[in-house]
Amino acid sequence: MNHSRGHIQPWIALVGLIALSALPLDAADPTRLLIREGPVGWGLVALMAAAIVAAIRAGRSLAAAILLALAAHGGAAMAIGLLPSLAGHTGSGFWALVLTSWLLVWALVTELSEWPRRPGLPGLVLSLLIPFLFGIWLLILWQIVVVVFQVPFVLIPPPSAIGARIATSLPILAADFRQTFFKSVVAGYAIGCGAGFLVAILVDRVSFLKRGLLPIGNLVSALPIVGIAPIMVMWFGFDWPSKAAVVVVSTFFPMLVNTVTGLSASQPISRDLMRTYAATYWQTLFKLRLPEAMPFVFNALKINSTLALIAAIVAEFFGTPIVGMGFRISTEVGRMNIDMVWAEIAVAALAGSAFYGVVALAERAATFWHPSFRT
Amino acid sequence: MTGEGTSGTAKEAPAIKIAGLSLVFNTNDGPVQALSDIDLEVKRGEFVSFIGPSGCGKTTLLRVIADLEQPTGGSITVNGVSPEEARLARAYGYVFQAAALYPWRTIAKNIALPLEIMGLTRAECDKRVADNLALVDLAGFERKYPWQLSGGMQQRASIARALAVEPELLLMDEPFGALDEIVRDHLNEKLLRLWDRTQKTVVFVTHSIPEAVFLSTKIVVMSPRPGRVTDVIECGFPRHRTLDIRETPEFLAIAARVRAGLRAGHSYED
Repeated sequence: MNHSRGHIQPWIALVGLIALSALPLDAADPTRLLIREGPVGWGLVALMAAAIVAAIRAGRSLAAAILLALAAHGGAAMAIGLLPSLAGHTGSGFWALVLTSWLLVWALVTELSEWPRRPGLPGLVLSLLIPFLFGIWLLILWQIVVVVFQVPFVLIPPPSAIGARIATSLPILAADFRQTFFKSVVAGYAIGCGAGFLVAILVDRVSFLKRGLLPIGNLVSALPIVGIAPIMVMWFGFDWPSKAAVVVVSTFFPMLVNTVTGLSASQPISRDLMRTYAATYWQTLFKLRLPEAMPFVFNALKINSTLALIAAIVAEFFGTPIVGMGFRISTEVGRMNIDMVWAEIAVAALAGSAFYGVVALAERAATFWHPSFRT
Repeated sequence: MTGEGTSGTAKEAPAIKIAGLSLVFNTNDGPVQALSDIDLEVKRGEFVSFIGPSGCGKTTLLRVIADLEQPTGGSITVNGVSPEEARLARAYGYVFQAAALYPWRTIAKNIALPLEIMGLTRAECDKRVADNLALVDLAGFERKYPWQLSGGMQQRASIARALAVEPELLLMDEPFGALDEIVRDHLNEKLLRLWDRTQKTVVFVTHSIPEAVFLSTKIVVMSPRPGRVTDVIECGFPRHRTLDIRETPEFLAIAARVRAGLRAGHSYED
């Protein structure tokens, strides 16, 4: 890394620091300045100044990173704290504060991205810290913009309102999550992926199935969820089995196609080797073709992990007992409780990411030998 | 297994007997005569090399012996039985041009692969793996994965895997073709020691004249379009030879005859 190359963000932040010190926070009250907000105000200005100096003078040091993190998030906390008293008449000083904080965190993320990759726990923390900062700042800017411009609640509620709703609705969210995830998704995912995998082995073995069943499977995969969900309710009733059935239908085909492809992924030389050993079909399957197919199988498992959640939630729009994430979303939209909808969306996003992450970790462990994971 | 029942007569039969063998591939561009009227006998304990330019059918001939290709005419026996019966009896070990080690198995597990398929006991597996790793100088690399080793080490591991089956017959398809000269010389000497000690029959495909002359008791010179045998040269070098014999007049004379045979096979093309 080129150590002498300076970054421009601290210099712009310096300009921002001067602006936020001199410009009014409140458009309606030109005398209201940050440095007159008591010790917190001028303390923050001093902290930001120190962080900027550290970033310019001692880039890539832990001290500079800590100062930048403190200053940026202190600035963000100050801005959010000032919001209620300024909404609708924010001054240029306020925007200078937001922009300067944002520039400082940008400088911080730039610094962190250039740190050398480290093994073990510090490396893991660092690799999680950068996306975490991105996410936090998305929420901070969302909060500020929505409050300052007084965006109607039904369009986008501020993250603080969604957070508050999550905190007060934990039992409902937990019940919905249990219904949708632990019943519909888990059962449907297991059955859909398992059946896709087994049928793929059968299709691979029996050539008329390969030519007859695969095109029909293709047809099934093109069926719209909104079309089959009501039919599954007819077949399997209102409760979770009908949702699990929709998940089975949506996850079956990706697994089938990927596994069929994976089963023919082995090299001719590897198959010849098995032939010279006079290996049986099953020996060749278990010792060569299935291991070789694992990257494809995990690809399907990853695709299906997010697909299954989406399918289960959408399926709940079409007749369901009075619990479940999709049920909650469809009814709370009708009652204009948009914060509850967003709370369910947040839970779904977290659950989907965690599910995907677990599958991706299992993939790393199972296909450590693949060129994309080798160490 | 048929190998048990026929082993009594198989002991006396030549390792390989080929008569009037031909093979035609049906490709999209019409039939291609890969092998034409091949006659060859390989006695037990011989080291036979097939040499020839690309496309002369030397690999195809080896694959016919291994029952990886089916001939379209003529007859062939391996250990006195058909190639298929020989394959099902696990009568040979085959070393491919590439190491073809499975990347999800450690070196030890790769060598144990054929033994697992044969259903050997765990103890017997472990013993054969250790013995054969030592034989190819790979002791200590049991727990490494193939991609962590150099190309030469991978190819040695694949030879250990073929030897672990303890076959009478070793079929080797340009096993050292992708390796550099120094590694190749070293492995040639090791292979010769091994052949001398174990009295195995070896059929070896190569396109290197010095390699063929150095290793073989018999050199089969082949030429392409259609693939056929143009010359069979007997070499009478002592069994304990070293790389030094490559400087002797006898060696150079045989090398010259191989080269002449190769050139004759090619002349009509130019």
